[in-house]
Amino acid sequence: MSRVSTLLARETALAWGKGGGPMVAVGFYAGVATLLPLAVGSEPERLAAIAPGAAWVALALAALLSLDRLFERDYEDGSLDLLTLSPVPLEIICAIKCLAQWLATGLPLALAAPVAAIALGASPQLSGLVVACALLGGLAFSFMGGIGAALSLGARRGGLLTAVIVLPLFVPPVIFGGGALASLEAGLPWSAGFALLGAYAAAAVALGPLAMAAACRNALS
Amino acid sequence: MIPEVSIQSLALSRGGRQLFSRLILKLSPGEAIALIGRNGAGKTSLLRAIAGLINPDEGEIAFGGVEPAEAREAIHLLGHLDGLKSSRTARDELAFWTGFGGGAPAAVEAAAARLELIPLLDLEVRRLSAGQRRRLALARLLAAPRPLWLLDEPLSPLDAEWRGRFGEIMGEHLATGGMILAAVHDPLPLATRTVEVGR
Repeated sequence: MSRVSTLLARETALAWGKGGGPMVAVGFYAGVATLLPLAVGSEPERLAAIAPGAAWVALALAALLSLDRLFERDYEDGSLDLLTLSPVPLEIICAIKCLAQWLATGLPLALAAPVAAIALGASPQLSGLVVACALLGGLAFSFMGGIGAALSLGARRGGLLTAVIVLPLFVPPVIFGGGALASLEAGLPWSAGFALLGAYAAAAVALGPLAMAAACRNALS
Repeated sequence: MIPEVSIQSLALSRGGRQLFSRLILKLSPGEAIALIGRNGAGKTSLLRAIAGLINPDEGEIAFGGVEPAEAREAIHLLGHLDGLKSSRTARDELAFWTGFGGGAPAAVEAAAARLELIPLLDLEVRRLSAGQRRRLALARLLAAPRPLWLLDEPLSPLDAEWRGRFGEIMGEHLATGGMILAAVHDPLPLATRTVEVGR
């Protein structure tokens, strides 16, 4: 096994087991999706109108749950020092950690997303696009969220700081993904929103690790 | 392989406070240097600077013509923190750091046997005592061999027997041309020199 695949296997195992892993994220997602009808009323017409957007907001919040500890545990137990000393560039290490986080939470959340959207009253015809948007959006959440997690390394109440840094970065995917779903439901062209979501996810994957590595180096120094 | 470590006129500050300045040090193959000094003198920071984790204010750290980025592959850093995940088994952790450090899979069992960790390999790291955790961290040094060991208080959680046995392991490393720089408060077995940091 190469160093990269060795690290990916370990990080995925850690992310999968960390504090309940995907079950906590999916459970939180289901909880938010259940609370919403209680807050806004259970009339099917009203719920159906907000279902795609509500499912997206719940997805963003669920993705946020596991982000704050993305680098913090490695920083606290000394692993980050040792990973930084390896021949694998720190940027690649950060990307692998985000990819593992996405595999452990983004992927299960994407599979749960159509169930929550339909439960909220969205049309079952949206299911395919909901999964596709959640997969891309989850990737953007992981890689943009990693920036916030790295920037808050060593800070007191780092989890709260991570949320404050990260939530503005979650705005574009929520707008693009929610827009694509709303367009499809209204019978309008949806590909523009989906393409923008894909572009944002690609930018997050390409640029996020550079920022994360710089923030990690700063925290270690 | 790095032929030597040469430090010239090194100055280092942390949090706006200068720890030391004009530090000169040379470490050659087969040598073990004990870094001593009061708490906060900068011993750990010096080790981290040599590892490239922090930048010095002034001075130069050279590795005998080897580029610093390349030299990192020749360094083992064992800090206060052991870099072990408490939820994973000792075997998983040792296997990961061996593979990630470029060691052969067979080296895991050999290193564990040398540190008498075989009966503990399937326990979660959180079940190990402080001394056992330190032995697991030390096993990394053997499982993925590198010539330069930077050790921060390597002996502190070990009992008298294991302090002696780690001295033997250090002796074998030095005999193969290895180098050791260790921050210590207690005497370091086989230290060829002692350098006081922070004066």
